[in-house]
Amino acid sequence: MSKRIDVKDLNVYYGDFLAVEDISINIEAKSVTAFIGPSGCGKSTFLRTLNRMHEVLPGARVEGEVLMDGENLYGPGVDPVTVRSQIGMVFQRPNPFPTMSIRDNVLAGVKLNNKKISKGEADVLVERSLQSANLWNEVKDRLEKPGSGLSGGQQQRLCIARAIAVEPQVILMDEPCSALDPISTLAIEDLINDLKDQYTVVIVTHNMQQAARVSDKTAFFNIAGTGKPGKLIEYGNTQNIFSNPTVKATEDYVSGRFG
Amino acid sequence: MTATPLSSSQGAGRAGDKIFSGAALAAGCLILAVLFGVALFLVVQAIPALTAPAAEIQGGEGFFAYIWPIVIGTLIAAVIALVIATPVAIGVALFISHFAPRGLASGLGYIVDLLAAIPSVVYGAWGAAFLAKEISPAYNWLAENMGWLPIFQGPASATGKTILTAGIVLSVMVLPIITSLSREIFLQTPKLHEEAALALGATRWEMIKMSVLPFARPGIISAVMLGLGRALGETMAVALVLSSGALTASLITSGNQTIAAEIALNFPEASGLKVSTLIAAGLVLFVITLGVNMFARWIITRHKEFSGAN
Repeated sequence: MSKRIDVKDLNVYYGDFLAVEDISINIEAKSVTAFIGPSGCGKSTFLRTLNRMHEVLPGARVEGEVLMDGENLYGPGVDPVTVRSQIGMVFQRPNPFPTMSIRDNVLAGVKLNNKKISKGEADVLVERSLQSANLWNEVKDRLEKPGSGLSGGQQQRLCIARAIAVEPQVILMDEPCSALDPISTLAIEDLINDLKDQYTVVIVTHNMQQAARVSDKTAFFNIAGTGKPGKLIEYGNTQNIFSNPTVKATEDYVSGRFG
Repeated sequence: MTATPLSSSQGAGRAGDKIFSGAALAAGCLILAVLFGVALFLVVQAIPALTAPAAEIQGGEGFFAYIWPIVIGTLIAAVIALVIATPVAIGVALFISHFAPRGLASGLGYIVDLLAAIPSVVYGAWGAAFLAKEISPAYNWLAENMGWLPIFQGPASATGKTILTAGIVLSVMVLPIITSLSREIFLQTPKLHEEAALALGATRWEMIKMSVLPFARPGIISAVMLGLGRALGETMAVALVLSSGALTASLITSGNQTIAAEIALNFPEASGLKVSTLIAAGLVLFVITLGVNMFARWIITRHKEFSGAN
C-alpha cells in the first residue's frame, strides 16, 4: 500500500496569480522525498496540490496532471474527498481535534471513510497506529483524555497516527517539525524513517540538515523574485543535491550562501 | 546612552494604565449595582403580594395559583420559539459562513441583521393581522388529524391567535440573534482544524460536524440563551398576537398567557395590591431568566477540558 506520484507540467494558481510554474517531478514509492527552498518559493503550495488541499482556498486552481500510479488526481470525475482519504497530510502546526479524546482523534479518519467499526477492531487499530507513531507508550493510560492536553511533539505524533490510521498510499508532511523542540523533532525524524518502509513520504522542510538526514531524494525550489512564480530548480538523490549539486543556485542554498 | 533608573516609571503610560483599569472596574461594578438595584426593587415591591391573604390576590387563590399558569405559558412560548428558531438559525449561519458564495453571504448576513432591527410591535402587528389568519387552516388540519395529541387537541381557534402563533412570531424575532452570533463563531473556527478534517477525506458537511460545530458549541449555547432571554421577556408581540386565557395544554386553541404580556396588559389600570402582584410576576420572570443563564454557563463549563481552550 504505497504508490508513486508523477507530476507533469503542473501550474498552480491563486486566482490569476501564478504561484508555482511548470513542475514535473517523479516521486518514488516507499521513499522519503524532501522539498527544500527559501520561504515563499511555493514548496508548500505545491505539496498541497498533491492531495487537492490547494483548491480548498477560494480562487485556487491547478493546471496539469498529478498521476498516482498512473491515475490522474485531477481527472474528470475524480472526487477530491477520495483523493484526500488516500493521501494523508500532516500540517505545520499540530492540529488534533480539540474536542475529541486521543482515541477518537486516531479514529477520526477511519470513522469518516468507513462504515461501522467494532470496538475490538477499533482498539487494535488505535494501538497499532499509535505504536507506528511511537506514541503508544506515552498515552496508553490516557486514551480518553483530550488530545489537546499533550505536548506539541506528542500532538504532532498523534496527528501522524491519525493520518496513518486510514492506511493512506502517500503521506504528505508540511514542515512537521517547525513548531517543535529538537528532541521532539528527533522523534518525528525517527518516525519518518520507519514510515518509509510502508508509505511514500513527501516532506517540506526549512531545515536542510533535516532534509539531509531523512530523505532519499531532494527537490530544490526557488523563485526569481517576489511576485514571480516558484520553480523546481533541481531534483535528485539527496546525497548529490547536498554534496555536488549541478545548479549554482542549489549550491548557494545548501551551502548557506543565501536563503 | 543614558540609563533609566529601574525605580522610575514612564508617567503617561502608568497613568493611562490606572485610568483604564479604574474605568473597567467602574463599568463592572455599575452592572452589578444596576442588577442589584433592579432585584431589590422587585423584591421590595413584590412583598405585599407575596404576603397578602390568598383571597385578595387576583383569582382569589393566592399568588402561587395566580403565577404558575403564566410561568408555564411563558416557558411554552419560549420553547416553541427556540425549537423552531435554533435549527433554522444554525442552518442559515452555516450557509452564510461555509456554503454561500462570498457575495451572496454578505448580502444575506446583512438581511438577517436587518430582521433584528424591526421593532417588536411590528412583528406583533404582522402576527396578529396576517400570520394568525393565514395559519388557522393549518391548525384545523392539526386538530383533525393529530388531535389525539394533547398539544393539538381541537377545536382549533378560528382566529389563529394562539400560543403556537405567538411562539412562531417569537421564533422569527429571535432568529437574527442566534444567526448572527452563530455565524461569527463559525467564521472563527481555526482553519487548522477545518483542514485537519478535510485532509482526512471529510466532505464539507463532515468537516463541519468534526471541526466547526464542536468548536462553536459553547457559542451556539450562548446564542440560544440570548435568544431565550428575548423570547422570555418579549412583551408587545405576544400581547398583540395571543388571545390569552387560562392555561391549556392545546397549543392551537386560544388560552395561555405569558408573564411579560400579562404585566403589559394589566399594568396601566392596576393599583394597590394588583401592582404588587404584577411586580412579583416580574420578579419571577427575573429569577427564571437568571436560572436559565446559570444553567447555560454550567453546560458550557462542563466540557471545558475538551473545549480547545487549553
